[in-house]
Amino acid sequence: MPLLKFSGNRLYPAVEEAKNEVTLDEWRANRFAHADATALVVPNDADISDIGADVSGFSAIILEFPAFKDGRAYSQARLLRERFGFAGEIRARGAVLRDQLFFMKRCGFDAFEFSGPNADAAAGAMHEFSFAYQGAADDYDPVWRRRLSRAAAA
Amino acid sequence: MYRYDEFDATMVAERVRQFRGQVERRLSGDLSEEEFKPLRLMNGLYLQLHAYMLRVAIPYGTLSSAQMRALAEAARKYDKGYAHFTTRQNLQYNWPALVDVPDLLDDLAKVEMHAIQTSGNCIRNVTSDQYAGAAEGEVEDPRIWCEVIRQWSTFHPEFSFLPRKFKIAVTASDHDRAAIKVHDIGLRLHKNDQGEAGFEVIVGGGLGRTPYIGHTIREFLPKRHLLSYLEAILRVYNLQGRRDNAYKARIKILVNATGGDDFAGLVEEEWSKIDKKEIDLPAEEIARIEDYFAPPAFEALSADSEAFEQKRKEDQAFDRWARLNTHAHKAPGYAIVNISLKPISGIPGDATDKEMDAVAAIAEQYSFDEVRVTHEQNLVLPHVRKDNLYTVYKALDAAGLATANIGLVSDIIACPGLDYCSLANTRSIPIAQRISERFADLGQQEDIGELKIKISGCINACGHHHVGHIGILGVDKKGEEFYQITLGGSGAEDASIGEIAGRGLSSDEVVDAVEKLVEFYRQHRQGGERFLDAYRRLGADKFKEALYAAA
Repeated sequence: MPLLKFSGNRLYPAVEEAKNEVTLDEWRANRFAHADATALVVPNDADISDIGADVSGFSAIILEFPAFKDGRAYSQARLLRERFGFAGEIRARGAVLRDQLFFMKRCGFDAFEFSGPNADAAAGAMHEFSFAYQGAADDYDPVWRRRLSRAAAA
Repeated sequence: MYRYDEFDATMVAERVRQFRGQVERRLSGDLSEEEFKPLRLMNGLYLQLHAYMLRVAIPYGTLSSAQMRALAEAARKYDKGYAHFTTRQNLQYNWPALVDVPDLLDDLAKVEMHAIQTSGNCIRNVTSDQYAGAAEGEVEDPRIWCEVIRQWSTFHPEFSFLPRKFKIAVTASDHDRAAIKVHDIGLRLHKNDQGEAGFEVIVGGGLGRTPYIGHTIREFLPKRHLLSYLEAILRVYNLQGRRDNAYKARIKILVNATGGDDFAGLVEEEWSKIDKKEIDLPAEEIARIEDYFAPPAFEALSADSEAFEQKRKEDQAFDRWARLNTHAHKAPGYAIVNISLKPISGIPGDATDKEMDAVAAIAEQYSFDEVRVTHEQNLVLPHVRKDNLYTVYKALDAAGLATANIGLVSDIIACPGLDYCSLANTRSIPIAQRISERFADLGQQEDIGELKIKISGCINACGHHHVGHIGILGVDKKGEEFYQITLGGSGAEDASIGEIAGRGLSSDEVVDAVEKLVEFYRQHRQGGERFLDAYRRLGADKFKEALYAAA
């Protein structure tokens, strides 16, 4: 499973780092026993409001896509980034395919355990669209804001 | 009408390029059909019984003449010379070849059209009132807000893999021509006691296997907060909607399992935490979009047209057409013209390339270059001078488009059914054709009055049978086509779900059954009451008895 990371506006293959993972259940049961964990694995039915304020100590949060159609983790990632200001890595695990990478990136994911074919060609997916209509967790300026600044400059 | 700026145009062009790449990967074998399926379904391309079907978005049902011509040209070039207007104000091509689809989309992109989000578990093309900007009594043109929603929902990164598809309808009138109470979200623009305009937000309506009338979760939402509020609803749904069973995945199931008030509470809580200034459009951008929907330059005319009245006296057929197929316009001296796509024996919603070209030419000359598509699968010329109605009528008649049956028994909604659809249990189109033949006499139809028949070829209810005054649902009974009748439904402001009348009927019996119901109504109606009013007054039992007693 190749690991891809997005940084500096490009997607590149990353060397698999050994993370000390802990599941949300394990961590909740005994936080002290998992004090050395670096990555928290959060199932996609977990309520981010319950944990968002407590997870800043992890270097990575791993969110899950049991199937590409199951899009709950998109909301979880946005909440972590936008509402709780989580600044570490947010990693996508599970059904992580080329044609979902752009949406994932926009919602705040920056690491991808890529499960599709042709990981080498996946980088192109990040640059298929020059604009976005709506704000999200990435630094795309929504089109309405670009229109405003263009009108102001005119 | 809204016109693309370079941002809109770039988005569509890039989408076509992306899809072209996906089709190439499929044709070269890099993608299996299984892997390609979710990608084509993001772009309106279905695999039907016999061929691919491409659904093209007609945002809120508004078309320019140039767009209508492009649709006709694509029907000639890539299909068999016709296309099908749908209950979601969209258009479907039934026979395109996969290899041609990127070129077809390139052609449509030149006239600012696309197939984005016409399928898949995402926010679908937003629908609206076909009389928007033309009918009297509107708070403002609802298409302003449809366009706001179109842009916000296009490639929304968080809401492209929802539990199930998601449909939003917007109206700004007390007369609901957009069926807002049977949508995932229905928005009704109205004014509060202070005279400010805002939305009534209705959530969780829908048809399909489990029909529901939506719950009002907010009586009044200030207009400027529309997008942040929608984002709150969609987030609650995306996180909490069921994903274990596709038949229970629509938001209506979540709303009804949670309870309307509790669901409203969840939305309000989420909304209170959303950073609204990052999502709601600033006043300048709303004003920019608003400008595109400014009314066309209506001439100052007197309300009545002598020429029109004179022709009505001379030509009976025209008089009937004017009575049935035109509607009052807000500007004096103008009328709204409905074009029926339900000729007797025809296929509801189908139009040939020549018919589409004819409509485009008439709209260009006589209706400020605008055409609308209705959810009842007809077309509308929104702004026609009364002085020109006779000329328009003659031109429509010459094209075979002047059937005077709007709202009548032969103005039937029918899904494509087993003639095209891989989900269908039964055919729908031939039933619609036979009913319209039985009631071919237009004078008789007018005497029967408003009667909405809606036919679905399976429980998924694409033909809206639940909200038909008479609904017909096709069911498979040991390999034979059977039809279940429902009575008393409505998709309008008096929305209700029809009740099942009794045992299913064979294909041979179903047209007789409709006739029996109509006869019973004619014998028992009082004053000017419609079929639906009579049904509601007399009760289900009387009609059931009439339907089955003599059978």
